[in-house]
Amino acid sequence: MSNIKFKNIRIIAWKFFLYLLMSLGTIIFTLPFLWMLSTSLKPSNQVFIYPIQWIPKPFVWRNYIDAWRSAPFGIYYLNTVIITVLTVLGTVLSSILSAYGFARLRFKGRDTLFLLILSAMMLPNQVTIIPQFLMFKFLGWLNTFLPLTVPAFFGPPFYIFLLRQYMLTLPTELDDAAFIDGCSKFQVLILILLPLLKPAVFTMTILTFLASWNEFFSPLIYLSEMKKYTVTLGLTLFRGEFVTYWNWLMAASVVAILPCLLIFMLFQRYFIQGIALTGLKG
Amino acid sequence: MMEIKMKLRRELKENIEGYLFISPALLGVLIFSLGPMVASLILSFMQYDIVTPPRLIGFSNFRNLFIDPLFSKALFNTLYYVGGVVPLRLIVALLAAILLNQKVRGVTFFRTAYYIPSVSAGVAISIVWTYVFDPQYGLMNSVLGYLGIPGPPWIQSTTWAMPALILMGTWSIGQPMVIFLAGLQGIPTHLYEAVSIDGGNWWHKFRYVTLPMLTPVIFFNMVMQIIGTFQIFTSVYIITNGGPMNSTLVYVFYLYQQAFQWLRMGYGSALAWILFLIIFILTLMQFRISSLWVYHE
Repeated sequence: MSNIKFKNIRIIAWKFFLYLLMSLGTIIFTLPFLWMLSTSLKPSNQVFIYPIQWIPKPFVWRNYIDAWRSAPFGIYYLNTVIITVLTVLGTVLSSILSAYGFARLRFKGRDTLFLLILSAMMLPNQVTIIPQFLMFKFLGWLNTFLPLTVPAFFGPPFYIFLLRQYMLTLPTELDDAAFIDGCSKFQVLILILLPLLKPAVFTMTILTFLASWNEFFSPLIYLSEMKKYTVTLGLTLFRGEFVTYWNWLMAASVVAILPCLLIFMLFQRYFIQGIALTGLKG
Repeated sequence: MMEIKMKLRRELKENIEGYLFISPALLGVLIFSLGPMVASLILSFMQYDIVTPPRLIGFSNFRNLFIDPLFSKALFNTLYYVGGVVPLRLIVALLAAILLNQKVRGVTFFRTAYYIPSVSAGVAISIVWTYVFDPQYGLMNSVLGYLGIPGPPWIQSTTWAMPALILMGTWSIGQPMVIFLAGLQGIPTHLYEAVSIDGGNWWHKFRYVTLPMLTPVIFFNMVMQIIGTFQIFTSVYIITNGGPMNSTLVYVFYLYQQAFQWLRMGYGSALAWILFLIIFILTLMQFRISSLWVYHE
């Protein structure tokens, strides 16, 4: 009797200990965010107080309006949305087509070409960025969105790989049945395979969205005019101007991060699946 | 005869269709990867500042690299960063994954929380960390202050700027953590049961089941993390701008300065190729050494 009781107490203690540890981790991983949020709502005189005043008194929602007005964030946002949407669209479209070719069709040199594309995946960005820059300069594309979006329409190798691997797991009997019914290859891809590919395409959309939204290096080298700036680029400019206005800077950062956090919270299941998928099969 | 002709025609059609479907990818690889790669190799033997026409100068760029004090500084700083952040990040990620692999209610909430720092990587979060490391009013030194520890001046000091970046890097463990979690879930439970039957405790389970079974995943994470962290750029650009006194001048930041601020395209390309070689050799070495410690069934 007492033995069972003792065991129960041990289990409860163990669970308590686990929750304690997990909560400690949660504090560590979210504290900078909470601090950012808290600072973004503080009146200026509370920003420089030690020890930290965690709850702003009063809440200054105006910081957001002031920060938003002191730089053309509306334009930065619009630019980022345009670039991100085009990048996601291009990546999804071109990867689906190419992945289908590599997973389902038989043609000469298929496997060699696939290896070629895989090897491009291993190439670090830095080796190609300088000639790419010169090429875009030659085309007169500097200070436009084209260098940031057009490459996406040419099947980024990583996503072709991801989709192809996924497609290989789908049974070919479905395709064959559709061919017998008189479908073309393109119809098979769109009508039969695409619905089955939904989870992979979804994961891909989220990953591309986040990568494009947070992208910094490419906008930095390609965009020079302020009205073409993305949110990330605009933030650096804003930081330069308002070095000590931490409440404004934090408000602007919250606004910049918000879409990523929302997307992550809403779709985290797909997201984490995707990482594990690409990680382990890669 | 008819039949052979039809078969040939069908094969031709299949081939053409195949090439059509993969044409975006093929063109993309040629235009955006392989073409630029070759061009970059040629450029690395040239002097080119965009204004005056390019000029072949043989191995001069590479020779200059080895006497350029900033090159060795940048390489050293990058190795310092990678050497610091990769082991720390992997250890923290592994511990977090083990913790979040426990079967308790609400564990998905905690997984989300632990992943958050990795979602928002980039400029905004770097700005937040600039403030975190503010010596007087920053979060880091305030927390240290609660504990009675006088905090260092972090990003304003040549000694502490790099540890600050390493700390920040250690904080975003999302990707390796999720991969560790997937790896942990793949370990068959009967192995743990066997340890229990033999009278082993949690340490034996960890040491003789979890760790060996996870070595392939540890290896994968290590390779990916070294490649990724070697290319650190954004946080340096935002938080320290390479300073103070070049103490955080890292490789890709130096490459950016050479190529895109001072328009030394040839020298920048040489830097890029040396970086590529270093990463390639490091990865190859890891694969070679892996047979000594990675367990394969």
